[in-house]
Amino acid sequence: MEIKRRDFLRVMGAAAAGATVGGLFRTLTPKEARAAVYATNKKRWIFLVDTHKCVGCGMCVRACKLENEVPYNDPVTRTWVERYVILKSGKAIQDTPMGGLNGYTADDPQGQKINSDDIAKAFFVPKLCNQCEKPPCVQVCPVGATFQTADGVVLVDRTWCIGCGYCIMACPYGARFFHPIYHTAEKCTFCYHRISKGLQPACVFACPFGARNIGDKKDPNDPVTKIVLTERVSVLKSEYGTSPQVFYLGLDENVR
Amino acid sequence: MEGYVHGLEWTTKQLFVYPNEFIYWSIQIVMYPLMTGLVAGAFVLSSLYHVFGQKDLKDMAKFALVFSLALLFGAPIPLMLHLQHWNRGFYIFFTPHFTSAISAFGIVFLSYMLIVIAEVWFVYRLFFIEQARALKGKEGLWNRFRWLLYSVWTLGAWDTSEKAQEVDHKAIKVLAGIGVPVAMFLHGYAGFIFGSVKANALWMTPLMPVIFIMSAIVSGVALCILTYIIIMEYKKHVKKKERAKARGIDATYEELRGAEVDVIRKTSRYLVAFMIAAFTLELLDLIFRGYTAVKNWEILRQVIYHRDFINIFVKQYLIGNILPFILLLWPRLTIRRAALATALVLFGVFMMRYNVVIGGQSFSLTFAGFMEYNLPIIPHNIETYKEGLFGALTTGALPFIFFYFINKVLPCVPEVVHVTGQAGMAESVLNLKRQAK
Repeated sequence: MEIKRRDFLRVMGAAAAGATVGGLFRTLTPKEARAAVYATNKKRWIFLVDTHKCVGCGMCVRACKLENEVPYNDPVTRTWVERYVILKSGKAIQDTPMGGLNGYTADDPQGQKINSDDIAKAFFVPKLCNQCEKPPCVQVCPVGATFQTADGVVLVDRTWCIGCGYCIMACPYGARFFHPIYHTAEKCTFCYHRISKGLQPACVFACPFGARNIGDKKDPNDPVTKIVLTERVSVLKSEYGTSPQVFYLGLDENVR
Repeated sequence: MEGYVHGLEWTTKQLFVYPNEFIYWSIQIVMYPLMTGLVAGAFVLSSLYHVFGQKDLKDMAKFALVFSLALLFGAPIPLMLHLQHWNRGFYIFFTPHFTSAISAFGIVFLSYMLIVIAEVWFVYRLFFIEQARALKGKEGLWNRFRWLLYSVWTLGAWDTSEKAQEVDHKAIKVLAGIGVPVAMFLHGYAGFIFGSVKANALWMTPLMPVIFIMSAIVSGVALCILTYIIIMEYKKHVKKKERAKARGIDATYEELRGAEVDVIRKTSRYLVAFMIAAFTLELLDLIFRGYTAVKNWEILRQVIYHRDFINIFVKQYLIGNILPFILLLWPRLTIRRAALATALVLFGVFMMRYNVVIGGQSFSLTFAGFMEYNLPIIPHNIETYKEGLFGALTTGALPFIFFYFINKVLPCVPEVVHVTGQAGMAESVLNLKRQAK
């Protein structure tokens, strides 16, 4: 029997449609996916940086690298400290060599010798992942390897990340990078492995001056939450609509 | 403990740049939109004939369609190569995360591929039947393999009646019709991948998908013309040698040339039209940014008018746009001039991709520092191969290699019939003329 082309196409079409409708995959809503991974949503982790207290010693950067096993001598880092020197002329000189890993011990921003009489103000700004309420990095991950936990922290699944770098491109804060050993997207997690056991993040623990603090936004008695609620705090780059959850005290207009 | 920092080897930082910033997307991501653009462009060119009945493109249409298929097989390779874990690339099919602009790539790409393959099948169905019938019972492993191949490819549809052929034509028209918006979508979507990155001041513009579509068509049409010229010239070269043996038939060579120049001139008119559209859109984007001058304009201005001036205004616009534009519009277009112009157009489109992808990463998120991409030339590890000159050459060459093999089984360029004396020559010219009509 000769098979008519029309019949053949009809059968093939029906088979293709059947396979699609049969539903080989099921799409989970983000809520379902979150619920499947983490059941708790009793907390919302936030962070408070008091820039007035930071002296640029770099203890936090060193602690973070050791705690989270990011190769010590590689220039990438989960947290870093920036130095800002604002001259009387209005010119701003900023730098962050090795993310401030070795501490700022010489008066040489960007390798320049600055006359201290010319300086109007100078300060340090610690940076880390903002654990945004609306994280663009999570939005753009093509495979769902990075996700937001119910308590607000954005994590990366190293076993599922394909290493496309789209999340790195999407982060306006430069918080992400490829891990030099695992070659997957890497970022600050507020030391999720520690905070979920009641410990402080390594950087908070290491800071000798109390410039870094972690808190729970859902606990009104939390000292960090109290400050965020009652004092004038700011966030970085709010214009991107990411709703960052790292709050700053004493942020200058020059801070990038 | 030390590892390998992706991007460290080819990134030079200047002034204030965040510690984690590097040129993460390098030459392979330049190649990716270039190649999907070529796919879309080649397909649109072939559809101009099938859907819009542009008869003057008939000769080019079949060639462009098959070429588009070859490019289509090559297009995902730069994407795969740039992944840090290329072996996990297929996760996109398993766990597509649909808020991501990349996640639907697999679906869009596969549906487009199905359309192209289906159209090729309808175009070549009669050819498959003819070949299968002619090869039946022939001796030799190669012949038997081809017989099997073509027989399977008929998919059991051996009907060659007028009515069946009419259905074929109808199907081709419908598929080409669906294919055009899908091709546009495929590439507009590549533009969206960049245009929707809000963190990147240079990329983020709603015009990006449209700019990508226009430049895609420009590049696709240019590549089709150029490849067509190269293949035809090569065949003429072969003929010339044969003619030297058979002597005294120079007129036929001239006739061949005439037929070809006709196709080139007609196709290049479409090229010029799309070039104007692409150029206008890009200019609009630039003027708009300068006029509105939002927060990021200061750093963009420095990148566009100072650091990347040569790349943007000399290489992309002058050499890659204005010069070929004049070459193509100058009266009495010759094949040589068309070849030069289309080569320049392709260079221009490559520079456009380069200036978008690399240019978008050449300034820091701090808006107070810069990064420079130093293309690795001599590779000393897999990363510097993939993200360097040779990686780009590999991905650029693969579609042509694919085309070589596809053309073996789906011949789409006018064949040169072997000449045996004057009679044979006359016949081969007749063949070419017939195909040109």
